[in-house]
Amino acid sequence: MLRTFRLAVGVLSAVAALVTTGAVAGESRVPKPAITIENPGKCVAPVEEMRRNHMDMLKHTRDKTMREGVRGMKTSLNGCIECHASKKTGSVLGSNENFCQSCHAYAAVKLDCWDCHQPKANYKATGTAPADHPGTAGAKP
Amino acid sequence: MSEHHINTEKDSGNGGASRRNFIGAVAAAGGLAAIAPGIHLVQVSQANTPPRPAGEAASKAVRWGMLIDTTKCASGCTDCVKACATENGINETVKDARQGSQWIRKIDIKEVKTGRTHSLPMLCQHCANPPCVDVCPTGASMKRADGIVLVDRHICIGCRYCMMACPYKARSFVHQPLTEQNPEVPRGQGCVESCTFCVHRVDKGQIPACVETCTKEGHNAMLFGDLNDPNSEISRRVAQVTTTQVRADLKLDLGVRYQGI
Amino acid sequence: MKIEQYTPAEERLFYILLALGGLVSALGLAAAYYMEHSGHVVTGMTNQVFWGLPHVFGIFLIVAASGVLNVASIGSVFGKKAYKPRAPLSGLLAIIMLAAGLAIIMLDLGRADRVLIAATHVNLTSVFGWNMILYPVFFGLVGLYLWTLMDRRMNAYYKAAGFSAFIWRLVMTTGTGSIFGFVVARQAYQSAILAPMFIIMSFAWGLAVFLLVQRSMYAWNNMELNPALRQRLKNLLGTFITAVLYFVIVYHLTNIYYAKETAFEHFILVSGGVYPLLFWGGYVVVGTLLPLFLLYHPAIWQKSGAVSFAAALTIIGGLCQLYVFIIGGQAFPLEMFPGMEVTSTFFDGAIGTYVPSVPEILLSLSGIGIGFTLTVIGVRVLRFLPQDDVAMLKDAGYLHD
Repeated sequence: MLRTFRLAVGVLSAVAALVTTGAVAGESRVPKPAITIENPGKCVAPVEEMRRNHMDMLKHTRDKTMREGVRGMKTSLNGCIECHASKKTGSVLGSNENFCQSCHAYAAVKLDCWDCHQPKANYKATGTAPADHPGTAGAKP
Repeated sequence: MSEHHINTEKDSGNGGASRRNFIGAVAAAGGLAAIAPGIHLVQVSQANTPPRPAGEAASKAVRWGMLIDTTKCASGCTDCVKACATENGINETVKDARQGSQWIRKIDIKEVKTGRTHSLPMLCQHCANPPCVDVCPTGASMKRADGIVLVDRHICIGCRYCMMACPYKARSFVHQPLTEQNPEVPRGQGCVESCTFCVHRVDKGQIPACVETCTKEGHNAMLFGDLNDPNSEISRRVAQVTTTQVRADLKLDLGVRYQGI
Repeated sequence: MKIEQYTPAEERLFYILLALGGLVSALGLAAAYYMEHSGHVVTGMTNQVFWGLPHVFGIFLIVAASGVLNVASIGSVFGKKAYKPRAPLSGLLAIIMLAAGLAIIMLDLGRADRVLIAATHVNLTSVFGWNMILYPVFFGLVGLYLWTLMDRRMNAYYKAAGFSAFIWRLVMTTGTGSIFGFVVARQAYQSAILAPMFIIMSFAWGLAVFLLVQRSMYAWNNMELNPALRQRLKNLLGTFITAVLYFVIVYHLTNIYYAKETAFEHFILVSGGVYPLLFWGGYVVVGTLLPLFLLYHPAIWQKSGAVSFAAALTIIGGLCQLYVFIIGGQAFPLEMFPGMEVTSTFFDGAIGTYVPSVPEILLSLSGIGIGFTLTVIGVRVLRFLPQDDVAMLKDAGYLHD
């Protein structure tokens, strides 16, 4: 998947370069991603490095935190969300203007994080009413 | 214990300082504990181990464990179950309760001969020799250095062999898409999950949500701490009273022990 | 080799069969996509019975795949000449059935999209992990074996290749049996006898599948199996069926006397509703006694179709047996507190119920569909029809008149 992504980024930048130098006539059929960056300039690494390597950074952090229990790493996924969640929707997903989705939709690279991770910043899950939950439904067996 | 205490303050101070550089790092619980000494004391009396500084891996020197006093656990009380659901965002509605996730559940047992009854919470027993880890084809089922057994959902393929191997029915398979996760507790469709001992809290020096609630509500049926530290309350209690490991015949060396059954 | 042309009727039949198999396979794939998309909430599987019908079919195919190679092994490893013309078909079926069985198991994964992870991260303490190595090597060895059989230049090596494939299939089925045999948590499993039991089950199921396929191919070509060979093969099937019965009896006796799992045995053999019904009715009567009767009754076995019918019953019996073993083994509650009555909000101490849903059934049947489609294509392209040389059989002492 990473390789696919890198390939996509490569193709993407090549196409972008062609478009900007005017080598390709006319408009690109796919609109370029309109990313809203809420806190510009405060990232853990320069933009170029982030674009190229964010997936590796995240994977490294993921394995360190998940398997070894290392906390407080600067490249944590929750760290990204806190900073990059849209001020409008509170999320990095939801519309093509939102941080993660904008680029990934453009590059057609599947996002695998959000099947499990919460894409909204400062989100507090509500827990559950006893009746809704099998563990507590009709507490007496 | 007092030495530990000093370490705790020092470590959390360091952790807080170094964390200042990080954007959106996990809540600086260590710092919080120092600000609110009352909470800190309660936590230490239970957890008896300092929060781990940022950047430090879980240590083999620690073995997290739980002691459950069934004589204090009331039948019908599900405070620990509710606390777990809230903390870990187990909030999805399932049409068929058998397809719902269950990290901790209450079991009532009755001795057939004598009619004597007990009630107890059943959760992942955090075995030292976990069968789920043995059987996992990809290594997604894993035991952290400090004895906490976890599922690495990044490489879990959802084969459910660990559920077959677990003698405690402690694992659940997520049967449907989820969206209401807590940021610190990722969980999702198609993977197997189980009690994490609230690993995200433990790493901050807090105790698992179930234990905290049980204590806060005055039941005092659950105790959490480091089984490797001879001075921890749990170690002292385990040394004093008779405790049971469920299905001790399997020799799995459990992290959760029961008292009173 | 003379390539005969297919008649238009044969052509038509070929495409009809292909379409039929393709349809069943496609329905299964659609069902798998639906399950992947909605989650296993659309299946009858639960957190108590989490391996369902797809696992019954998948494991049946994987076990039978290993067994169907037995026909080739008898020729190559044990030097029985009558089996040698059957080796190519036997090898082809082994590869196809293993592929079909694995497809079902893989498509049922919670995260089937991550199936490659199973190959890149292998945990060697896991029996599943071993199987991730056992299956590809089996494909390779059987492929190699087929090559040595089909290519004149490689003929010299066919014994060595056949022998390795034979050893490997024993190891592989040991691995399949051990998936359950090493599960200490459950009353139904945790038994070393399961590995040899799975091997003998593979003999019976594999031979049954082979006989059915061979019969269909002969019918297609207006051929009849030589009666002497027919008798040998039916006796072999009868021996295997009896051997499976022996292992099943020992397995249950071990549970009752040695492991003292009487409550579980009572459940599976007497009180468990659908499981005793499938065990006695499906496995014992339909899958064992009836085929044995058909195979050994002196007047009946010689009748046309009797052996094939017995083979089909053996397959049905095998599926019933696996259903009881896999689903029944999970439905019986884990015994955590001996001597205690257990109740909970998560069905502890309660018998699990399982009713497969439509998508699950479609996915399960697609295992048969995939196998069928590949076989139809395979035997047409490769022309693996077993053809017996009567003179050779006479020399080898198979024919007496």
